[in-house]
Amino acid sequence: MAVRIDTVTVASKSPDTDQPFAELGLKTDEYKRIKEILSRRPTSAELAMYSVMWSEHCSYKSSKVHLRQFGQKVPKNDSMLVGIGENAGVVDIGDGWAVTFKVESHNHPSYVEPYQGAATGIGGIVRDIISMGARPVAVVDPLRFGDPTNPDTRRVLTGVVAGIGGYGNCLGLPNIGGEIVFDSSYQGNPLVNALCVGTMKHEDIHLAKASGIGNAVILYGARTGGDGIGGVSVLASETFDADGPAKRPSVQVGDPFMEKLLIECTLEVLHAGLVEGIQDLGGAGISCATSELASNGEGGMHVWLDRVLLRDSTLSPEEILMSESQERMCAVVEPAKVDSFMAVCKKWDVEAVVIGEVNNSGRLTVEWHGEEIVNVPPRSVAHDGPVYERPFARPDWMDTRQANGVENLTRPTSADEVRQTWLKMVATPNLASKNWVTSQYDRYVRGNTILAQPEDSGMIRVDELSGLGVAVSTDCNARFAALDPYKGAQLAFAESYRNVAVTGAKPLAVTNCLNFGSPEDPSVMWQFEQAVTGLADACLQMGTPVTGGNVSFYNQTGDVAIHPTPVVGVLGVIDDVERRTPMAWSTDGEAIYLLGETKNELAGSEWAHAVHNHLGGLPPELDLEKERTLAEILVAGSRDGMISAAHDISEGGLAQTLSEMAIRANIGARVWVPDELDPFVFLWSESATRAIVVIARSEELRFTDMCKARNFMASRIGAVDSKLGVESGTDEQLVQIDGIYGREVSLSINELRTLSEATLPELFG
Amino acid sequence: MTARIGVITFPGSLDDTDAKRAVEIAGGNAISLWHADDSLHSVDAVVLPGGFSYGDYLRCGAISRFAPVMEKLIDAARSGLPVLGICNGFQILCESHLLPGALTRNDHLSFICRDQKLRIENNTSAWTSDFAVGEEIVVPLKNGEGCFVADDKTLDLLEFEGRIIARYLDLNPNGSRRDIAGICNEQGNIVGIMPHPEHAVEKLTGPTTDGLGFFTSVLKSLVNNGRVTV
Repeated sequence: MAVRIDTVTVASKSPDTDQPFAELGLKTDEYKRIKEILSRRPTSAELAMYSVMWSEHCSYKSSKVHLRQFGQKVPKNDSMLVGIGENAGVVDIGDGWAVTFKVESHNHPSYVEPYQGAATGIGGIVRDIISMGARPVAVVDPLRFGDPTNPDTRRVLTGVVAGIGGYGNCLGLPNIGGEIVFDSSYQGNPLVNALCVGTMKHEDIHLAKASGIGNAVILYGARTGGDGIGGVSVLASETFDADGPAKRPSVQVGDPFMEKLLIECTLEVLHAGLVEGIQDLGGAGISCATSELASNGEGGMHVWLDRVLLRDSTLSPEEILMSESQERMCAVVEPAKVDSFMAVCKKWDVEAVVIGEVNNSGRLTVEWHGEEIVNVPPRSVAHDGPVYERPFARPDWMDTRQANGVENLTRPTSADEVRQTWLKMVATPNLASKNWVTSQYDRYVRGNTILAQPEDSGMIRVDELSGLGVAVSTDCNARFAALDPYKGAQLAFAESYRNVAVTGAKPLAVTNCLNFGSPEDPSVMWQFEQAVTGLADACLQMGTPVTGGNVSFYNQTGDVAIHPTPVVGVLGVIDDVERRTPMAWSTDGEAIYLLGETKNELAGSEWAHAVHNHLGGLPPELDLEKERTLAEILVAGSRDGMISAAHDISEGGLAQTLSEMAIRANIGARVWVPDELDPFVFLWSESATRAIVVIARSEELRFTDMCKARNFMASRIGAVDSKLGVESGTDEQLVQIDGIYGREVSLSINELRTLSEATLPELFG
Repeated sequence: MTARIGVITFPGSLDDTDAKRAVEIAGGNAISLWHADDSLHSVDAVVLPGGFSYGDYLRCGAISRFAPVMEKLIDAARSGLPVLGICNGFQILCESHLLPGALTRNDHLSFICRDQKLRIENNTSAWTSDFAVGEEIVVPLKNGEGCFVADDKTLDLLEFEGRIIARYLDLNPNGSRRDIAGICNEQGNIVGIMPHPEHAVEKLTGPTTDGLGFFTSVLKSLVNNGRVTV
């Protein structure tokens, strides 16, 4: 094969060679800047590195100016051990334990190839967690799909679910939560986000930096292949002659077995003290790992690229630099420890090779069969990419949208209509049971799962002796964000914060996955700026720092962007998982309390969406101080043994909350509408900062006194009652609501369960 | 002396720590065994844990069966060493011909994770003596290839000899023939079961603690057989 190598020498001598920078996604001024940095034209290998590292995905060039707020509005919080900028943030949870967690998107690959896209999304986030030195202990998947009746939704959903299960189950990580939301705005742009939680002792925290002159840079894990190479095929066709390999698939292919070996191998080398710095290979592959390690360390590194173990020996150096082959890691190891490192790799059947060396040259140099093909300042690749101040402006149509409220939508006005609405709502794709999906995920493996879906948050026991644990939830009602992105992001935060508190855990830190349309559209950029500001303000006020996250732009088809979807993940800590609060009541006669104030707030609600296909008005009000008080009540009530069950009120309102608690418990309840509330508003309003709690009779006074002392509204709205069916002559468990427009409405729990569980299998089974 | 129960880790084993935890909760001493080690380190019984050993490549359990530790295990099992194969471990036992039949893809073609009701059919094996025949238990089940198949003659023989350890109740989650969830060899020292008793040993993390019986059974049978002295 005739191979023409574009070396640094060649590049210096041929300044006018045409280069396909535009095909690689670089703008003219960006290309010009690369030439200025290098004082010559880049080699094709350098061009490959800059093009991937300066991409939106790697450089955050459009979002950076706004994301700075997460670093500026940092609440005083002693638990933060590692902040934004590393592979994942790390928080202290006490007893010498630390937790790292992060959520990332894999949206576009999952639309093109749902199974592999979703699978490698899990793989990527898991490697972020192990590169911090933590053992991954759980995953959570926030998902968004298009119209459930559209045939393409079936293709995407079944592939994504199979991919998450296929990869996650084989990897041995329990899947403990997440969301599945349908909305036609995601038809051409499904969202596949993945969150991973990892645990470690403080002394095990590792960072991605190449320090120590003379240290070896080791690439280990899977071999490098041609998968995941996007625009670089342009370069490949330039480099190879006409008979060489042309276009290669852009979606990576995952091997969860290799990832499992990589986890065990990595944790073993870290615990044996064999590693100075470590970095996972994800987007931008070797380009990213070597430039980031060098940039964070002493500033110099030399790489022998021809030593990289290949799956395909015909790959060009540019392709090797850009390949996104999965299940690879890069470690910096002292020369004296290389043999021990290699021995651990051998034990786990993981291939490893020294590909480089740390030096003090201040340059990242890459050699290919004795010829220098890269010679760049690593910081210019990894950290000093372009930064854009994209124009943003509130679009005019926001006025129309916000003015188009829900006041004129027909509401049920009789007991019969309420009953019909209830039966319809419990079975809508968004509110229906997600068991058909989650039963395809292993929630038990590792034996520390305390709570998993459909509970409010997933909970994992961290320390088997002390019972110390963490809870995690992800949430976002994107319709609220579409009505008001600032408020919508805060409401997403509030819901996630509440879901953690409902289970008895104290909210501690935040991660986010900001899914938006094109940053080149000023109205999308405005949504983004508003959402980031809203979230940063909320985190500052509530004392829960953002520890890291991810931005996914360009989720739009043509001019139509997705609803702004700032998914917020909140991590909480619980001293003793024995004290966790489940969502289902269990004891006859216990009192059911509604915490918080119910207002006439139905704009953006699931009722408006499912019954009227309506989106307009203003989202619910939010008082973060009240949200904090509610969380304090929920956490204290759990710790002191007052609360026997609790469940958040959000999508689908109180009716949905009651349905879910009753279905999970399979025990009936009698509930009455408070005098001051309209029955419809009571049942389906989505006012924020509310929860249902179940209190033992002996604890009622203590509990209501606690709420009174904190000036938080607690209304007794019912009692657990397993005898309702018997009293009305059936052996069914019933939920009965009194005071529905002068009558009572009685619902069979079996009927609710059947309706709720039938929806997804009918659509996708 | 506490019985030493070995748990073998293959590349891709996932529920090995869980099996060890279950052994300890039951009162045993859990010993880690490594696939590439050709010694059983004088353990008194062995658990082959769940997971995806070798990524389920070729066939579930097909590669693990050739691990160095398996050679020793196969000999020892034939001489009466109590062995419990859970999920992937059951698959390995079938591939090793220590148990008859095979585990194939679930009839509905999807992985399934659920709390599964079982009826114990045999309490004479080394791993089920603490149960009553007909006892109904609930333990987690999670598999993609858990459909037990064998020819009619083998199935008839298993029934005739009372070697069906447990059957699925209420719902057959994977299409297993005759609702078979677990079987044993003629001597009753080797048991394979598809559901995961090691995930039902603590109230906090499992649906029940019904799974503990498998581990307490073996500890008692070791004492009764004189393999371990108290």
